[in-house]
Amino acid sequence: MTETAHTLDARGLNCPLPILRTKKAIAGLDVGEVLEVTSSDPGSLKDMDSFCSQTGHEMLSSGEVDGDFVFRIRKA
Amino acid sequence: MSASATRLDSESVDMNAWFDQRFDEKMAEREAAHTPSMTIIATKGTMDMAYPPFILASTAAALGWDVAVFFTFYGLNLLKKDLDLKVTPLGNPAMPMKLSQGPAWLKGRELPVPTSVMSLLPGFERMATKMMRKTMDGKGIAPIADLREMCIEAEVKLVACQMTVDLFDYGKEEFIPEIEEWVGAASFLPRAMTADVNLFV
Repeated sequence: MTETAHTLDARGLNCPLPILRTKKAIAGLDVGEVLEVTSSDPGSLKDMDSFCSQTGHEMLSSGEVDGDFVFRIRKA
Repeated sequence: MSASATRLDSESVDMNAWFDQRFDEKMAEREAAHTPSMTIIATKGTMDMAYPPFILASTAAALGWDVAVFFTFYGLNLLKKDLDLKVTPLGNPAMPMKLSQGPAWLKGRELPVPTSVMSLLPGFERMATKMMRKTMDGKGIAPIADLREMCIEAEVKLVACQMTVDLFDYGKEEFIPEIEEWVGAASFLPRAMTADVNLFV
């Protein structure tokens, strides 16, 4: 099932902006909603994992798509 | 061994197991309810050294931590309304001096002049600052003013050193109004004592 209602384009931004923008975007969602983040910062692969484990949001998937990094995060 | 002694032994084994389990549960509860916290002491007022405190503070706030930054000595410049931060390779030999634009033979190459010599040129510091800013813009690195704004938005506590204002004869009206308090070491240390992470920059 794909349930992407919200997207965030963080391409071109460097640490820590992808995390800060993600945090802001998630704050505007309801619990259970999913945010899809696209980033070009290779550091965000590990940073997004860490962000989720610290904040309790669920990382549904993460990976490289066409040279960018795409994360699907469900708000907890 | 008598029968009663064996019973006592097995009771105390049960008791220990029960205690261990409760203890683990309580510790887990406590950990789950604990909000991590961090205090940073920011002592430098150059553009390059403004990044660590603001990046770490804004990121920690995004992770849900409580953060306070104590700005002292030159670090107080990071709280001025008019942020005019500079960077210089002088006394900082590890700083790469590369042109982000210009003729192909020069672009992206380390300038072949020692920084101690370069820095004698008038306007050198301004040029170095401009070069750094340009490189950062090209790489999607946020300006300090933006990171500071994000810290304020995320309710990072900005604490200023009272002694420094007196020392350098600063006027408090030169600083942003979001400063939570003007205090001394004795007010900051108790906060640092209970924080999980303490950093000095």
